[in-house]
Amino acid sequence: MKYALFLGCTVPVRTMAYEISTRNVMKKLGISLADLEDFGCCGFPLESIDHTTYLSVAARNLAVAEAANLPVMTMCSACNGSLLKANLAMQDKNTRDEINANLKPINRQYKGTTVVKHAARVLYETMDTIKEMAHPLNLKVAAHYGCHYTKPSEIYADFEDPEVPYSLEELISAVGATPIPYENKKQCCGGSVMGIDESVSLEMVREKLSHIKKAGADAMVLVCPFCDVMYDINQKRIENQAGEQFGIPVLFLPQLIGLALGLTPDELGLKMNRVSVRNLLKTLGDGNEQK
Amino acid sequence: MKKKEIINMDELDPQFKYEIASQPGGEHILKCVQCATCSSGCPVASVSDRFNPRKIIRMAVLGLKDTVLREDFVWYCAACYTCSERCPQDVRIPDLMAAVRNIAVKEGCIHPAYKEQGRLIGELGRLYEVTEFENEKREKLGLPKVREKNEEIAEIYSCTGVGKVVL
Repeated sequence: MKYALFLGCTVPVRTMAYEISTRNVMKKLGISLADLEDFGCCGFPLESIDHTTYLSVAARNLAVAEAANLPVMTMCSACNGSLLKANLAMQDKNTRDEINANLKPINRQYKGTTVVKHAARVLYETMDTIKEMAHPLNLKVAAHYGCHYTKPSEIYADFEDPEVPYSLEELISAVGATPIPYENKKQCCGGSVMGIDESVSLEMVREKLSHIKKAGADAMVLVCPFCDVMYDINQKRIENQAGEQFGIPVLFLPQLIGLALGLTPDELGLKMNRVSVRNLLKTLGDGNEQK
Repeated sequence: MKKKEIINMDELDPQFKYEIASQPGGEHILKCVQCATCSSGCPVASVSDRFNPRKIIRMAVLGLKDTVLREDFVWYCAACYTCSERCPQDVRIPDLMAAVRNIAVKEGCIHPAYKEQGRLIGELGRLYEVTEFENEKREKLGLPKVREKNEEIAEIYSCTGVGKVVL
């Protein structure tokens, strides 16, 4: 299977660890990735400014993938939601004609055939292979689903349950780790309120980190670069502000799966994680020695 | 105790709700029955009283157009879709908030944070600038270079007229 990897804006600049680990895990699983340099912003922030511009910018990416005859694999949940929502809207002929008129000056047209999948969903669909290849990880892991990976449910008709999500926990179990429940699991990271009122977003993050700490997780795992900015990159700052220590390592899902598939910390970009994963790797190493 | 604000009926715009209903995403506003399922599960409302989706819808239906567009509370919606999944009337609140924001933009009330994001996307084709520095770092990590600019978005902006607002 081959996908066009849609990096979006945040991943290639702010969370390269996510990109490295995704590329290497997909390679290990025999999934090929193509880079289409014409991809640009997914359009997500523009939905709040002008609906037609949003649809046009999102559909432009769908047209780029359609011309290359490749399905799209996203890494950012906001990109995933934005492209899927536009894809649904573009199934309507009137909308398609209106938006294609905006794409004509740049010599693009979208017929409506592109398939879009989140990298985590691709991993979920490859779970049997992952299970076969995995060396069990002796870890307690808290799954953070975020929002646009499962919602709005109308764009994910045949995947996930917005109220009782399951795919990440099943994947955590597939690599031999233990998914641990914690309070208010579906809480949003607050990333999109960051530019409006920082104190609100940071309080949302603090709440989640404190729930995860209380549950006794060794790490949290997530599937969106913006959630990572909130929980990993901002964790130290929140600790300082709140006078509360968390020290919760934050792993991207491919980093967790990659560890079980025997990839090296460098191949998973683990050195780039802000909250140190040293103790986590030590726990895993000790576990292996005991065997 | 703070004096309760009294709504002056003469200052209401009864057309505002229809204006929202004709905007993509705002179509379902008149279905709202004020049950507050949205506000009670809202992760933003749980930490801040600046945001209360039920109240915003009520204000919009009443016609408090100026307050809804000029205050910044509609920009607090995180678009997490928690309420959307639970709303018994299918009001699709995050899409409704986006529709109200679109109207606010047309009325010259765009939030500066969104104006800046819109400008960056128009000028660069992406939200974060990629310079030689980032590409060198990427190369060292074995990652392919990313194109620094994508001019096609600016062309779309000139088609839809949004360039005049954010550029």
